[in-house]
Amino acid sequence: MPRRIVTGIQGIGHRVIDSIWRLGYASRFFLLTLLKSGTSLKRFGLIIRELYFTGVLSLIIIIVSGLFVGMVLGLQGYETLQRYGAESAVGTMVALSLLRELGPVVAALLFASRAGSAITAEIGLMKATEQLAAMEMMAVDPIARVVAPRFWAGVISMPLLAALFSAIGIFGGYLVAVVLIGVDEGSFWSQMQGAVDFRYDIVNGVIKTFVFGIAITAIAVFEGYDASPTAEGVSGATTRTVVTSSLAILGLDFILTSFMFRGMG
Amino acid sequence: MTSENLVEIKGLNFSYGERSILKGIDMTMAHGKVIAIMGGSGSGKTTLLRLIGGAVRPSSGYVKVAGKVVHELKRDELFLMRRKMSMLFQFGALFTDLSVFDNVAFQMREHTDLPESMIRDLVLMKLHAVGLRGAHDLMPAQLSGGMARRVALARSIALDPLLIMYDEPFTGLDPISLTVIGNLIRRLTDALGMTSIVVTHDVQESLKIVDQVYFISDGVIAAHGTPDEVRGSVAPFVHQFVHGEEDGPVSFHYPANAYARDLKLEESFA
Repeated sequence: MPRRIVTGIQGIGHRVIDSIWRLGYASRFFLLTLLKSGTSLKRFGLIIRELYFTGVLSLIIIIVSGLFVGMVLGLQGYETLQRYGAESAVGTMVALSLLRELGPVVAALLFASRAGSAITAEIGLMKATEQLAAMEMMAVDPIARVVAPRFWAGVISMPLLAALFSAIGIFGGYLVAVVLIGVDEGSFWSQMQGAVDFRYDIVNGVIKTFVFGIAITAIAVFEGYDASPTAEGVSGATTRTVVTSSLAILGLDFILTSFMFRGMG
Repeated sequence: MTSENLVEIKGLNFSYGERSILKGIDMTMAHGKVIAIMGGSGSGKTTLLRLIGGAVRPSSGYVKVAGKVVHELKRDELFLMRRKMSMLFQFGALFTDLSVFDNVAFQMREHTDLPESMIRDLVLMKLHAVGLRGAHDLMPAQLSGGMARRVALARSIALDPLLIMYDEPFTGLDPISLTVIGNLIRRLTDALGMTSIVVTHDVQESLKIVDQVYFISDGVIAAHGTPDEVRGSVAPFVHQFVHGEEDGPVSFHYPANAYARDLKLEESFA
């Protein structure tokens, strides 16, 4: 019996040490990616190519989801606000919810599952089919040539996608509240304009999307690069990317929100 | 003597953790020759290629390529050396997101400042050498196994290397593709004056094209010589390997406990 306890404790110890080791390894990999970004920043064509795969191909899911989220916000907002006779504030509610929270967070979650998983699977499969080893043997550094362009493409496209998500969402809210339900168009837009602060709401939202973009793509490229070169390894890595980056988004969102909006406004 | 040898390996030992893979390997590989390294699966052949390419470090001993000890090179120096060597991976390892043309042009674009018009000519010449000039705008997914390996071969000679290493180039090919790849290895080696190291199980095909053969078994060199010497060898391991016999020094069974003990039959016999 005591032996079983000792083995159990050892097992926990191993797991903790492994996790810390992996965290250190991931941080080192992240720093290496930043240090070796020179090539891709000089040859911007490499990043543009990846922008197409991570950014442009994510457009459909972002636009459609943004529209539906905005329409639901319009419906729910109207439903609640009209009880207090404040239905003209529905525009403000839709805009603030999207710009501060839902835009960055939902777009980031969608981005993690659409683009993050694709990045991990692609790099993982490149490793499994020895493409990364071949590149090393050709004296080309895979971190500079494969990882860094994908990382920067993710960091650039995330804020743009989130901005689009919020814009389409506001349009969705307008469709439901003004066109469908008949809230006054003038007060919908003017109240929104009056209530949304550029520095406080929009800039803070954009900062969030940058942080999420860095977190998602850093996790995605690391998991792909670190995947075991087997079918099982790549599928496991892809799942880990989606799970870890979703949790990271929600955790980081709480931290950022607590710094940005401390009960003010 | 040394100046004639492109690759020199001396007292090379390598182990993964506790497991010893290579034990005291000595080899020399002369300029302009095709050298085969043969041995059963898991005998350390591919590891040897990785050691020559500097992808892993030896536990002791050294590999010298063109007079330089590979594991003592700094990363920049190693990358400089790798521009003079190439490796053909088992299944080609073509970049799946690039076309055949871009795959062959990859190193030229990464390592040289050649104008695009010259790169185009060079790529078409390399593809012509492997008979696939007409396939330059296909994607890797559209190629058969043999074609993918020929494209990979064209890619590996892109910068006219001194040394090409082939990791099992014949695996999974039909007899025609197999002969084509074998002849290409020989012809390109002669035409470009480079050295080729072919790691393979394919005895009959490789004996037709190589100048020298090394047999590795259990991490040591079991035999070496010219193809004729190897064919006539009476050494038990070489004989078993060359003729593909089941009985011989290489056992069919992975080391295990006594059969009766594993089946728990010992008590019933006792």
